[in-house]
Amino acid sequence: MNQEYNFAYLDEQTKRMIRRAILKGLAIPGYQVPFASREMPMPYGWGTGGVQVSASVLTPEDTMKVIDQGADDTTNAVSIRKFFEKTAGVATSEETAKADVIQTRHRIPEEDLREDQILVYQVPIPEPLRFLEPRETETRKMHALEEYGLMHVKLYEDISKNGAISTSYAYPVKVEGRYVMDPSPIPKFDNPKLEMAAIQLFGAGREQRIYALPPYTKVVSLDFEDYPFEASKADHACDLCGSETSYLDEVIMDDAGGRMFVCSDTDFCHSRRAAGHVGAQGVPFEEDAA
Amino acid sequence: MYVAVKGGEKAIDAAHAWLAEERRGDVNVPELSVEQIREQMTLAVNRVMAEGSLYDPDLAALAIKQSRGDLIEAIFLIRAYRTTLPRFGSTNPVDTEAMQCDRRISATFKDAPGGQILGPTFDYTHRLLDFKLAADGEAPEAPRRETQAGPVPHITDFLNKEGLIQTEADSDETPRDLTREPLELPADRALRLQSLTRGDEGFILGMAYSTQRGYARNHAFVGELRIGTCAVEMDIPELGFAVEIGEIELTECETVNQFAGSKSEPPQFTRGYGLVFGQTERKAISMALVDRALRWKEMGEDNMGAPAQDEEFVLYHADNIQATGFLEHIKLPHYVDFQSELELVRKMRAEAQAQTMPEAAE
Repeated sequence: MNQEYNFAYLDEQTKRMIRRAILKGLAIPGYQVPFASREMPMPYGWGTGGVQVSASVLTPEDTMKVIDQGADDTTNAVSIRKFFEKTAGVATSEETAKADVIQTRHRIPEEDLREDQILVYQVPIPEPLRFLEPRETETRKMHALEEYGLMHVKLYEDISKNGAISTSYAYPVKVEGRYVMDPSPIPKFDNPKLEMAAIQLFGAGREQRIYALPPYTKVVSLDFEDYPFEASKADHACDLCGSETSYLDEVIMDDAGGRMFVCSDTDFCHSRRAAGHVGAQGVPFEEDAA
Repeated sequence: MYVAVKGGEKAIDAAHAWLAEERRGDVNVPELSVEQIREQMTLAVNRVMAEGSLYDPDLAALAIKQSRGDLIEAIFLIRAYRTTLPRFGSTNPVDTEAMQCDRRISATFKDAPGGQILGPTFDYTHRLLDFKLAADGEAPEAPRRETQAGPVPHITDFLNKEGLIQTEADSDETPRDLTREPLELPADRALRLQSLTRGDEGFILGMAYSTQRGYARNHAFVGELRIGTCAVEMDIPELGFAVEIGEIELTECETVNQFAGSKSEPPQFTRGYGLVFGQTERKAISMALVDRALRWKEMGEDNMGAPAQDEEFVLYHADNIQATGFLEHIKLPHYVDFQSELELVRKMRAEAQAQTMPEAAE
């Protein structure tokens, strides 16, 4: 552990400031709390918000897991995990069940999380109304007045143009019947999982916003009675572990259009294969085969 | 046979090693020292200090070396370092009237007390490549003369005496700190100036240029541009008086802008203001023009809908560290989101085809 910096890099006053924002966020689920985001030693847009939130909730005894696109070994997940190993000296794990704090980009783990876990999301654009109204001064007003008509018009226009709501990720949700919230760019497949036992914290560093979902908060994906929300995924089973319920990545195998589908959650896939499940193109599991 | 993508960690380590090797370049060429960069790439050092918001030429030079000359990367290194520094307190406002000027020009008066000092400027050089410099970098000695002692009054003060230029109201209010509070709008002028002085030189230049070309035009004269060193003083509570803790080089620009007057104000000139670390005059002049454009509301001017008048647009997009981070993050994997888009497009195409097929059969 690097002693030149404070535990988990940020100084204690900064962590206090961030914790206050987190508590406020938990008290008003779905509300975007402005916070004085710091310049981190990794670029804005690469998870600085999530890193600051994780740094503020981590304790020395915690075990941390970092995923990007559901995988522990994607380059930026590796980089963030190394950052916490170096600056906080915390234990890390790739196993969802063993982690106290999980920082994620773009996915919710397949395995159900528990009450003693915290899921930290990296958020690029926290404002669900941003692409309808570019001005922050306007969108804050719209939230204050609960003026969400514009969002419903957008979804309606999607249906009238395309026959379906053409948002497939960062699908907007309504939290406890009050705030419309951006769940970060998770695929809409993950939206139903937003109602969970763990605490969910959302950090947007560049945009200087933190928001939160306390355990078991009611989270409803926006839809219409005649066009109900549908959590969709590729219509396949995982070719490695055979799971029919997990979210899948499509991998191009050759230049003749050959493809295979594999779990995006690498820990989920790995543990299924370790338990003896074999998919259509998989081979029986051997330790360190991957 | 596909196995889950592994090896990110090894790839990162190898990439870093390669990067370090590329930074060094050909080992038969002597290595650049930080001192060489500090002394001979001074204007790059100044830009890194200004946009990095940290006055330390040695660290800025080190950052330039480490970033292989990518100045935005160097600025980023400085910002990330700066944010970890403890704060001991704040200094008194610097007195730019007491500046030891290396350069001081006015475009509005042929001469004025304190005189015009051209200083070390590129302005009247012919931009011809100096091939001699490729072989021999020794410079001739510049002629010297005694400097004038005492403070050099600001040009705008002369206009102020006649009431020809708008007086800026004094305020003892502690300005909001952009680096310690989230940016919230509307921003007052102090906060706008903070944002502009650390904003990207190219962005501020582009914004300023757009006002000159008619997007919220308010013709600016460079009332005064001065570059030099100023003492930085700090009140020490235990002593009960202020002591000088160092000197910094600054560029200050005050523009004199046309103003027709309004219902409440008689016709008079108005000001734009730029103050930047180091010798950074392009940035300081740009800053003054954008500052003036952003003041349309307090001046009772019309909102022309010009980008440079739009405080939210300017302040949210001026920071190159925020901009470059978010721009470059699209290099990160997005295959989960892309996969969901793929599924959606496939589904919508299948539905569209199913709808057109019966028509084709008719």
